[in-house]
Amino acid sequence: MSTVPRLTALDAVHRALGATMTDFAGWDMPLRYGSERDEHVAVRTKAGLFDLSHMGEITVTGPQAVDFLNFSLVGNIGSIGVGRARYTMICAENGGILDDLIVYRLGEPDAPEYMIVANASNAQNVLDVLRDRAGDFDVEVRDDRDAYALLAVQGPESPGILKSLTDADLDGLKYYAGLPGTVAGVSALIARTGYTGEDGFELFVAPGDAEKLWNALMEAGEPVGLVPAGLSCRDTLRLEAGMPLYGHELTAELTPFDAGLGRVVKFEKTSMSESFVGRAALAAAAERAETAPPRKLVGLIAAGRRIPRAGFSVVADGKVIGEVTSGAPSPTLGKPIAIAYVDAAHAAPGSAGVGVDIRGTHEPYEVVALPFYKRQK
Amino acid sequence: MSNPQQLRYSKEHEWLSATEDGVATVGITEHAANALGDVVYADLPEAGAAVTAGETCGELESTKSVSDLYSPVTGEVVESNQDVVDDPSLVNSAPFEGGWLFKVRVTEEPKDLLSADEYTEFSGS
Repeated sequence: MSTVPRLTALDAVHRALGATMTDFAGWDMPLRYGSERDEHVAVRTKAGLFDLSHMGEITVTGPQAVDFLNFSLVGNIGSIGVGRARYTMICAENGGILDDLIVYRLGEPDAPEYMIVANASNAQNVLDVLRDRAGDFDVEVRDDRDAYALLAVQGPESPGILKSLTDADLDGLKYYAGLPGTVAGVSALIARTGYTGEDGFELFVAPGDAEKLWNALMEAGEPVGLVPAGLSCRDTLRLEAGMPLYGHELTAELTPFDAGLGRVVKFEKTSMSESFVGRAALAAAAERAETAPPRKLVGLIAAGRRIPRAGFSVVADGKVIGEVTSGAPSPTLGKPIAIAYVDAAHAAPGSAGVGVDIRGTHEPYEVVALPFYKRQK
Repeated sequence: MSNPQQLRYSKEHEWLSATEDGVATVGITEHAANALGDVVYADLPEAGAAVTAGETCGELESTKSVSDLYSPVTGEVVESNQDVVDDPSLVNSAPFEGGWLFKVRVTEEPKDLLSADEYTEFSGS
C-alpha cells in the first residue's frame, strides 16, 4: 500500500488558504483553516464550505440493482424513489456493521442507478464486499471514487448561497433528496444531505470542476458569512447533532441495534426475496435490544471543563459502566460533551453519579438523550 | 508572526521573559498555539509548586488533543494566570501577552534556551 497521502482536487486551494492539513484515511485533508470553533459557529449561524472529496462513491447499475442492494444492505432500497436518498448500513453475516452509507437513487425509473457513498476509511472494503456479493446478480458495481470531488455547503445561509448560482429547484429539493443540475456553470449532483445538523447541500462534481465551483461558492457566500470549514469542526458539528461516526460509535463488533439505529434495518423488503446478508443475526440482535440491551448509546455533558476523549471509561460508584466513543468541547453548549456506550442501568437521562475517568480523575457528567443540538426549523 | 526579541525560548515551544526580582513569566509561543488549535482547557501549576526545566508541569487541551506543558526553567511558581484558566482562548489570541501561563521564581536556568532568531529558525515560523 502506498503511504503517500492522496490529494483532493482542491489541495492547492487549501494550501493557499493556509489550512492545517491532516492525514485522514490516507487522504491529506484540511483539519482547519483558522479557529475550528469559529468555523463551527459559522456553520451553525451562517454557512461553511467543506471539501469532502475523500468520501468513497460506488455506483451500482443493471437490471437487478434493487435486488442486489436489498440483499447486500440492511435497508429497503426498493422503496427509494428516483431522486431520493436513504441512510443505511452494510453488515457482515454476523450482523456487525461494516459501514454506514448514503444511497442515492439516480437515473430513470426503468434504468435503475444507485450511487453509494461510503466512508473514506471503509470505501475499499465496501467495494470489495459489494463485488463479492454481486455473484449471480445482473449488476455492475463501479468504483467511482476518482470520478467525483465532493463539496458541501452547510448552514442556514446555504440555500440562499446555492440559489444565487443555480436554476435548479432547491425549494422542491427535500432533505435526503438529490437531483442533477448546474451550479455556477458546473454539472453537479445536488443533494440536500449533510453531517452537521444544519440545512445544507452536498455537491458531487467532476474533480476538474471542483476549484471553479469552490471559488464561485466562496464568492457568492462570503458576503453572508460563508467560511471554509475543516474536518475538525465537521466532527464537533456531527457530535452535537448526535450523528454516529464509523470507528467510534459504529464498529464491526456492533450491530445497528446495539448502536440504537435498528430502525435502518428493514426485514420487509421490496424485492424478489427478503433474504439479505446478516438477516438472522440482526433478527436476534433486534430481539436482544428489545429484551436485554447490553449497553446503550447516550449523551454526556460535563459539569467541569476537561474534555472526554474516545476510549475513556465512564464510571459510577467507582465502577466502570461504559466507554466514551467520541468527545469534544461543544461550541454551542459551551461545555465538553461526549457520546458513550453505558450499561442500561445508568443510561436513563438524569442518571445520578455518572462520571468520566479523565486521566485518573472522575469528572462528573450529566446523562442526556441524544442529540445535544437540534436546529429550529 | 514574529517572536518577540526580548524573550527566550525552549525547544518545547515555551517562552520565558527576562527576570524581574528573580521572577520570570512563562507562556507558549504563537507557533505552538497555532499548532494546538483552539485551547479549551488549561491545567496550570499553582503558586507554590516546584517546577523543573524540561519536565511537565501542566497541560493544555485543545479541541483535538491534550498537550503537556513543560517548564523552561527550574524554580517555584509564584502565580498562575487565572484569566487563562477562565478563558483559555487567550492562549490563542494573545500568546505572548494576556495568554501568559505562569510566573516562576527561577533557581536554575538551562543553558540551551534559544534567542528569538534561533527559535524562529528552529520552529520555522
